[in-house]
Amino acid sequence: MKREQVPQDDENLLEGRTREVCYAVDEKGDYVQVLSSGWEPKNAALNQAWEQINEEAKEALAQIKAGRVSPLAFFMARCMFDVKLLSDYTDIPKRKIKAHLEPETFRQLDEATLGKYAEAFSISVEELVNGLKTAAAFPGEKHSESFQDDSRHNGDA
Amino acid sequence: MTIHFQHSQSAHCENGSTANLLRYYGVDINESLAFGIGSGLFFAYLPFIRINRIPVTSFRPLPGMIFKRTAKTLGVKIFQKKFRDKEVSMAALDAVLAQNIPVGLQVGVFHLTYFPRPYRFHFNAHNLVVFGKEDGRYLISDPVMETAVSLSYDELMRVRWARGMFEPRGHMYYPVKLPPQIDLPAAVIRGIRRNCREMLSIPLPFFGIRGIRYVANQVKKWPEKLGEKQASLYLGNFIRMQEEIGTGGGGFRFIYAAFLQEAAKVLNRPRLRELSQEMTAIGDRWREFATIGGRIIKKRNNEQETYGAMSAILAEIADREQHLFTELKKAVS
Repeated sequence: MKREQVPQDDENLLEGRTREVCYAVDEKGDYVQVLSSGWEPKNAALNQAWEQINEEAKEALAQIKAGRVSPLAFFMARCMFDVKLLSDYTDIPKRKIKAHLEPETFRQLDEATLGKYAEAFSISVEELVNGLKTAAAFPGEKHSESFQDDSRHNGDA
Repeated sequence: MTIHFQHSQSAHCENGSTANLLRYYGVDINESLAFGIGSGLFFAYLPFIRINRIPVTSFRPLPGMIFKRTAKTLGVKIFQKKFRDKEVSMAALDAVLAQNIPVGLQVGVFHLTYFPRPYRFHFNAHNLVVFGKEDGRYLISDPVMETAVSLSYDELMRVRWARGMFEPRGHMYYPVKLPPQIDLPAAVIRGIRRNCREMLSIPLPFFGIRGIRYVANQVKKWPEKLGEKQASLYLGNFIRMQEEIGTGGGGFRFIYAAFLQEAAKVLNRPRLRELSQEMTAIGDRWREFATIGGRIIKKRNNEQETYGAMSAILAEIADREQHLFTELKKAVS
């Protein structure tokens, strides 16, 4: 790759936080580091991964609305947690997490348990219980204002 | 306290942390040299190990390997430790920082607050260097960020204790002893030889050149075998492993080509510069492979841009890399 060929296909996937180092050759054939704001095929692959996550989360949402699963299912899909990983983060046994996926059991959870889940997902307890209003906003989607608001609360949930 | 530490951005976090830490101690080394000495170029495709129902693909050795090899090959002694307790791991970090020693850390990116959100998967083998603490915040040189950043105690502890595959468990490391004299030419030769061996001689069909050839044979069967949707997901995952943050483009091929240029100078062997040019040309083919893949994913491919065409490019890449590493082996023998 030549220096002038280093792509700058910015689709806001880096959110303006950084650019990536690429290696390319200059006019003398010497290697130099060049910053890139993105490359179309790579953006396509990353967007595809998020579309897939989005799809799974939407499916979970439909299940919640139908009363078949608890809100936990939505956040697990959205944040890419399986039962094992969620158990690792929260120290809640896998068998209990499976029980908490039932809407009825979930409704009876105490504040402390809800807090553990919320922390793993970097959301508030309020959002964990009622927070499906941000359902449409996912990383990779442009102009996702509601998600921006969301991430500002990261870490202090 | 702040340690006078020079943040320098790199393509890949592990080479970058390695190079930045060693440079602090006066070792004249950059990212591509650290990568090459650590024999960082690799290929693995493991059809029987799946994450999210997609086979594992890797363009690099196991996490931590490049750093370990680079340090060892240069004769640098490293202190490293994992922990059982979160607070203890933070106290240990503070104690070392108090001695003005910059510390390398392995972290997970899922909860890494300054990282772009679309890149925050449950990936736990990210590396960064902590070089001080100011007003209770840790000063951080993250090799993939353009500038230095900072994290609070809680934020840093959280990413040091990420869970899942490759759990860091507070893993920290820093050089403790440097050899009186670093023999760079010898290290470069050892790094190249080891890389030739791994690309050419692992007697399994999933690694090195054999692995590339294996995927070349598989990829053309994907649409029929897996269906349109799953085939496209396989493709997307493959391209991400090849191009996502950290590879410098073309699945590390361009970083390796940069290393071969450095090696030509260090060893005074012009032949390595010629081989660097061929490596660049191969990297360009990897990029063309990804370009077709990207169009297929977006369903914007024309008649020539098919899984079959991708398969043909990979087969050509396998042949060319086999030839290149065979020549490279001769060039340093």
